[in-house]
Amino acid sequence: MKKVLTTPIKDEDLKDIKIGDIIYLDGIVVTCRDVAHRRLIELGRELPVDLKGLAIFHAGPIVKKEGNGKYSMVSIGPTTSMRMEKFEKEFVEQTGVKIIVGKGGMGPNTEEACKKYKALHCVFPGGCAVLAATEVEEIEKVEWLDLGMPEALWVSRVKGFGPLIVSIDANGDNLFKKNKVVFNERKDKLVAEISEKVKFIK
Amino acid sequence: MSNKEKLIELISKYVGMSGKRLPDDVTAKLTQLRDAETQPLAKAVYESMFENQKMARDLDRPSCQDTGVVNFYVKAGEFFPGLGEINDILKEAVRKATIETPLRHNTVAIFDEKNDGTNVGERAPFIHWEIESNSDKLEIQSHMAGGGCSLPGRAITLMPSAGYEGIVKYVFDTMVEWGINACPPLLVGIGIAGSVENASILSKRAILRPLGSHNPNPKGAEMERLLEEGLNKLGLGPQGLSGNATVMGVHIESAARHPSTIAVGINVGCWAHRRGRIIINKDLSYEIPSHKGVTL
Repeated sequence: MKKVLTTPIKDEDLKDIKIGDIIYLDGIVVTCRDVAHRRLIELGRELPVDLKGLAIFHAGPIVKKEGNGKYSMVSIGPTTSMRMEKFEKEFVEQTGVKIIVGKGGMGPNTEEACKKYKALHCVFPGGCAVLAATEVEEIEKVEWLDLGMPEALWVSRVKGFGPLIVSIDANGDNLFKKNKVVFNERKDKLVAEISEKVKFIK
Repeated sequence: MSNKEKLIELISKYVGMSGKRLPDDVTAKLTQLRDAETQPLAKAVYESMFENQKMARDLDRPSCQDTGVVNFYVKAGEFFPGLGEINDILKEAVRKATIETPLRHNTVAIFDEKNDGTNVGERAPFIHWEIESNSDKLEIQSHMAGGGCSLPGRAITLMPSAGYEGIVKYVFDTMVEWGINACPPLLVGIGIAGSVENASILSKRAILRPLGSHNPNPKGAEMERLLEEGLNKLGLGPQGLSGNATVMGVHIESAARHPSTIAVGINVGCWAHRRGRIIINKDLSYEIPSHKGVTL
């Protein structure tokens, strides 16, 4: 059965969710990436959206301005989450955000934040931006549009938003970290094997 | 309409198309990798990828929101008329495609840190030139260089004592550390030369080559095969979530090196490797070998 979370999300909603699980989201997702993180954490500016219990999406969409002053979502997929690692622990602490959606893994700061403040990091399959856009019911508003289309905060109401693959759970377990240990073990052996066959300088 | 306006219109449509549908060789390779995949999480990701490409076509939208900074690789026949206007035409085509496709606003001015929303700016689109003798055709290869797949890009100058073995290690280190976030399965481009700028540009040219093509030197082709096989054994899988494959291919391009140096460049194309090739004749008729059957 599809596991669906609805915002606002509470700590107890996350307790049975483990890394590698696939979940979906109903409710509010706000795009939030490099400069928005920097503004809140480094420059101390207040975010114009209250993220408590909501989800953020590391994403910079293509949006279309409609005639009636509204915007519609054309294409929105995840961007590399690791770029936000430097800020994410304080970000989660200060905002009370519960779900961070992006792509690729995140590091120890985010692990600690997910464990301490009960939150998840999830992967939306990268490049699947039309799929994600069709799961956006409406763009409710936009803030910080001075940052340009990719970096602005797009506040979207979503339905069945996913698949979201849990990469860090609320226990702080990290799927990418675990995978990376395996990849690195394999790497050393493979590099040694191939190196034997490319000794072209002799 | 003047020929200049017609070319702007044609190339603008071509750029838009190349953001909405993948080249034939990439689609064929992804189909092969999807069909061979056995791990459940990886299979689910492939399913989303194919669903997305179908939706992009049905809804006529850019398949990935990151339509990149557009890079053009022009091979201009010496007899193609109006070569002096091509730079201008390519800029205007991108400006037009940004509105009409639409493309994401992706050019941020250096130092001023402003994004004016046009995708045209200082050396943007970035245009590379080659002149072809005895030809009256204009061949344009394009690549939407997205942020995710540009992040792993790097180059280093090794000492000859590191040898080609040093290249192997550099490639594997880059893939585990950075490739994982760049939307695998990736097309890995490697440039080998005497200095970093040459190695870098060759690494990008390597990912413009069609899948299934090989380095002309048998040793080069063998190194491509060894790296492809080895990287697949790493098993990064789609999105780095682990799976049976890591790459769509490994391509190496080279230039004679200095006796004292081996420079290596790495560039990757994500699974949504939006590159294409259009050949325009003097009468402005065209063919698009990368996307068979497409008319603009």
